[in-house]
Amino acid sequence: MKKFLEPLSKNNPIIVQTLGVCSALAVTAQLKPAVVMAAAVTVVCAFSNLIISLIRNTIPPRIRIVVQLVVVSFFVILVDQFLQAYLYETSKMLSVFVGLIITNCIIMGRLEAFALSHKPLPSFLDGLFNGLGYGLVLVAVGVVREVLGQGTLWGYPVLSDKFYTLGYMNNGLMVLPPMALILVGSLIWIKNARQS
Amino acid sequence: MELFSLFVRSVFIDNMIFAYFLGMCSYLAVSKNVKTSFGLGVAVCFVLAVTVPVNYLIDKYFLQAGALSWLSSHFQNIDLSFLTLIIFIAVIAGIVQLLEMAIEHFSLALYQALGIFLPLIAVNCAILGGSLFMQEHHFPTLFHSFVYALGSGVGWLLAIVAFAALRERLRYSNIPKPLQGNGIAYIITGLMGLGFMALMGF
Repeated sequence: MKKFLEPLSKNNPIIVQTLGVCSALAVTAQLKPAVVMAAAVTVVCAFSNLIISLIRNTIPPRIRIVVQLVVVSFFVILVDQFLQAYLYETSKMLSVFVGLIITNCIIMGRLEAFALSHKPLPSFLDGLFNGLGYGLVLVAVGVVREVLGQGTLWGYPVLSDKFYTLGYMNNGLMVLPPMALILVGSLIWIKNARQS
Repeated sequence: MELFSLFVRSVFIDNMIFAYFLGMCSYLAVSKNVKTSFGLGVAVCFVLAVTVPVNYLIDKYFLQAGALSWLSSHFQNIDLSFLTLIIFIAVIAGIVQLLEMAIEHFSLALYQALGIFLPLIAVNCAILGGSLFMQEHHFPTLFHSFVYALGSGVGWLLAIVAFAALRERLRYSNIPKPLQGNGIAYIITGLMGLGFMALMGF
């Protein structure tokens, strides 16, 4: 069990392994898309790990990448259609990044490193916790960017008007994409400093 | 003129790395020195310029709502757009494989320069991202999509080469220990991104 919990902090996919950064940064300007994206990646990662692990003995090694891509894109299409049907606004906000889950390195990395050589249940849990570890970073960055950038959380205002009358201003810089990189850089800094 | 502004826009303003963070994984992993990052950048340019126009044609004549009407009027109501993701990724994986074989056959020197990067590129988000953005932009002609793809590739090349050059210099600077490695790499990319934002003209 301890091994499965590693992706949450000690072996976090984004902060330690620098995988799956592509989508992690682009969707974190607000909390809501970040949470939806995290859930989507977790679902895709867990279930594609499960399926690949179930069929791992029948995949010829030469074409395994193509098989993996097909399985992953099957689940991404399901998630994409689900989001368009039930969470249309958020799905518009995420735009191409839902489709880009297919090429998310975390998923391919877990399939290659874990699912191809382990039994279905451990593979499912491994995918689940790697997805959650990814989600943790997304949520952390999303909270900071939304509160500092727009003064809201999940769309609701959290800073009282008194702050604004005292001269407090939202930091518009936080909403811009480069700040996501700087925040993740700082997260890595904090984590390394605490560990050493 | 319209094409030129599309090109400049896709190189500098909608830069794949600084505006959308596409292809960050290989960007961070390969940018240890200028020479290899130039090789990867050229390969990305090349693959983008081939796959995006091909996917444009597929999108226009097979996937869009009513796109099959050129076959027969019976197919007018068919909408295959839910297949977009799986078809695009299959096309990209196929073309990358073909390119690898073709390059190996025709030019061994080029194969040795680009060869190691090609298999990596099939799962690079910048490539699939290029095709998906192409679909969102609704370009009027095939040539527009080609110019867009080339511009995006050049933008990616520019970003990774500039970053690799900075990283080579970084080796001699005095960075706090916990920040060394990936931490400073993210922060530098962020600062470069802020610089690129200036081109947007706020």
